[in-house]
Amino acid sequence: MGSIFNAQQIVNGLQVGSIYALIALGYTMVYGIVRLINFAHGDFFMIGAYAAYGSFFIFNSMLAGKHGSIAFLVLIVSMLAGGLIAMLANQLAYKPLRYKPKLSSLITAIGVSMFLEYFFSALPMIGPSYRSFPDIIPKVQISLGSATISNYVVIDIVVAAVLMIGLTFLVRKTALGKAMRAVSQDKDAARLMGIDIEKVIGFTFLIGGSFAGAAGLLAGMTYPRIFPYMGIQPGLKAFIAAVLGGIGNIPGAVLGAYIMGLAETFASAYNSLLGEGIAFAILIIVLLVRPRGLLGEKVADKI
Amino acid sequence: MTKVKLPKFLIASVVFYAIIEALFRLEVLNGYILHIINQSLIFVILAASLNLINGITGQFSLGHMGFAGVGAYVSGTLTTIILKLNPTVTSNMGIFVLCLLAGGVAAAFIGFLIGFPSLRLKGDYLAIVTLGFGEIIRTVFNNIDYVGGPRGLLGIPKFSNFTLIFIAAFLLIVIMRNIIQSSHGRAMLSIRENELAADLVGINTTQYKVMAFTIGAFFAGIAGGLLAHLIQLAHPTQFGFIKSVEVLIMIYAGGVGSMTGSIIAAFGLTFLSEGLRIGIRALADATNLPIGGEWRMVIYSLLLIFIMLFRTEGLMGTKESRIIKIEEAD
Amino acid sequence: MSALLSIKNMTHYFGGLRAVSNFSYDIPQGTIYGLIGPNGSGKTTTFNLITGIYTPTEGKIFFQDKEITGMKPYKIVQTGVARTFQNLRIFSNLTALDNIRIARHFNTRSGLVSSVLRLPSFMNEERQVKKESRELLDLMHLSSRANELAKNLPYGELRRLEIARALATKPKLLLLDEPAAGMNPKEVEELMSLILRIRNEFKVTVFLIEHHMQVVMGICEYLKVIDFGETIAEGLPEAVGKDPKVLEAYLGKRGA
Repeated sequence: MGSIFNAQQIVNGLQVGSIYALIALGYTMVYGIVRLINFAHGDFFMIGAYAAYGSFFIFNSMLAGKHGSIAFLVLIVSMLAGGLIAMLANQLAYKPLRYKPKLSSLITAIGVSMFLEYFFSALPMIGPSYRSFPDIIPKVQISLGSATISNYVVIDIVVAAVLMIGLTFLVRKTALGKAMRAVSQDKDAARLMGIDIEKVIGFTFLIGGSFAGAAGLLAGMTYPRIFPYMGIQPGLKAFIAAVLGGIGNIPGAVLGAYIMGLAETFASAYNSLLGEGIAFAILIIVLLVRPRGLLGEKVADKI
Repeated sequence: MTKVKLPKFLIASVVFYAIIEALFRLEVLNGYILHIINQSLIFVILAASLNLINGITGQFSLGHMGFAGVGAYVSGTLTTIILKLNPTVTSNMGIFVLCLLAGGVAAAFIGFLIGFPSLRLKGDYLAIVTLGFGEIIRTVFNNIDYVGGPRGLLGIPKFSNFTLIFIAAFLLIVIMRNIIQSSHGRAMLSIRENELAADLVGINTTQYKVMAFTIGAFFAGIAGGLLAHLIQLAHPTQFGFIKSVEVLIMIYAGGVGSMTGSIIAAFGLTFLSEGLRIGIRALADATNLPIGGEWRMVIYSLLLIFIMLFRTEGLMGTKESRIIKIEEAD
Repeated sequence: MSALLSIKNMTHYFGGLRAVSNFSYDIPQGTIYGLIGPNGSGKTTTFNLITGIYTPTEGKIFFQDKEITGMKPYKIVQTGVARTFQNLRIFSNLTALDNIRIARHFNTRSGLVSSVLRLPSFMNEERQVKKESRELLDLMHLSSRANELAKNLPYGELRRLEIARALATKPKLLLLDEPAAGMNPKEVEELMSLILRIRNEFKVTVFLIEHHMQVVMGICEYLKVIDFGETIAEGLPEAVGKDPKVLEAYLGKRGA
């Protein structure tokens, strides 16, 4: 099996890509609606992981043995935690700067991100060190021909897929989804049509944050350890995935995330420096060659 | 009418230097305080050079410490090699200055390369690309065994001292000021103000953006070299994204576009940072509570958020102190 | 004599939309020519094409008999084409004086090194630039505002500042994009005499876009009317003003 492009690597790449996709969606939705690169988004992922960690012990003591129910409840809690923190960050830090120069919001977002990371590592009950994440569901190895995969791989891929299908339904078929699309097209027109813009933006943060929270749970289970700075790298990678797909474009973020997951898995198998650097190399190439990304639309400046 | 213009900044600088040096000789200032003053001056160079890129030319950069890293590693490697070949060289400041300049030139070259994305990208996209470049630079250091990899480059000779760092900071401020208050500086300002309009009054915006990145990176490289030869270490984590953000906080706290603001903020925040470090440790010792050093960064990040929310223009806005500014004759 | 600016069969598409269609115009030296048309008819796009912000899909633009199609905007300015903008593009956090001085920059010769060292040649040049810039501010009745930040100036003065800035590039052709927009009748009167004065004193050729019929009829020597990117009429102002197609474009279905 000399090739690095074997089935095992493809499955690993898809698994990493699924986690990136859940994070990238939040980046792209928020960018689409308020044109903000929400730097703190990776930290919502971290908060989701910690919420999952904490709630697992509570649910486990109440429902010992009922793995399915526990996992489901933990997923809900991690999504709520990520989503609510995202909404709070929007309300306190981003909303007051909505009509100020864009860079003010970006710098504020960097501040929010640093605050969450250092605050969590400063808190005595959390602390800066790694914690190993419990097996929320018993781990089982499944062999598929030449490759052996764990049930966690299947869970990661399936949970991400289900959430993404849910999101597609929400955006395409519901009134909220229509409002979101309207606000991202033209804020002023949407306001004139009677849409409560701030409410729609708040919901977008809630949904984006909850997806990042879910990703936090999946990453915690998969790797299996968590720490306050765990959001930085996946956050950056997912952001790059969103840019690769065309930021603001929902299918683009998913496509970018899977490309990113696969590229990174293959590159790491080849050489560790390449694995570390490939994401940034992809970013720079995309931005220089096709800044709007794979599926993004060209926007002309009004002169 | 002839006016004898006193070089106010020169006088102020000489007075500053004489006071610090005297206080140190008289043992009013200990080595620790002098060390923090040295660090502050290095941050003055870093902040004022980022100010040229970010504050004057309006090109948002999140990878400034990457340039400093290039300067630190290049000059540090050179002096370490030279020291190995000839151990008597420690007293030769000329060689050190040459090594520093080499580090600056290497950083300027990287800055020149990074300037190119700025031709096509604006605002937050550019921020991300510069961040990516900074991270790539850091990753490269992390992976080159010759410069110590993740352990960092150790055993750099201690060449930096107060006099040298002071002279570097002084020259930087004079050079920056003279650039900013010239036709070239105004061309850079016009890009910040309105790039299209700058283009349509005949400014070669491409050239000036790349120029700002190159000059800014050069001085960041010098600052990195000075830092490495002060603490006798160059480590990948010193030049990462968080450190770049610390420099960014300085220019926003001081007022984007104001060199005076950058200088005050570099001193203020370096001392604040040290003060917090000591204060937090003392508090933890006194109360026996597990209060970690992370609180320092918690306060720092809150400071950044509050500046952006409540005083976006920073301490000085875009104003310059009369001491630094050259009064124009009519 | 051939025209100062000569546009030949220029067409421009945005995606599938044809914004300017087969546009030709010859503007002789020393004249004031106008381009009018309803909103969205492609006037500003025409200016953006001449100044190099966009490159035309088809057709050629000649300035002083040299082709400038596809040249970079700053290069086009340096050959002698300056413009103002419909929505002002002032350097608002800089002083009025600096706004003008920046437009002088490409005509200066001092390098970065002589600026840093403050060599006599640099100091002389700075003094010269400042003097000339002040003269321009004077001409625009803005001298009292020289050291004021542009963002603190009232709208009418900003319009004049922008014209002064364009003139500071020493243009041969001045493109004015709706110079009378937002002005009251008195200001419009002043603007008209100002434009005539500029043409005579600076020997610049003026090409202007305008909605304001008083300005167009008052100072333009020749007019072209476009709608949906197509030329619908051209000629002397009086004739164009009576053209039924023009009246329909302005007063017809989408009329006032």
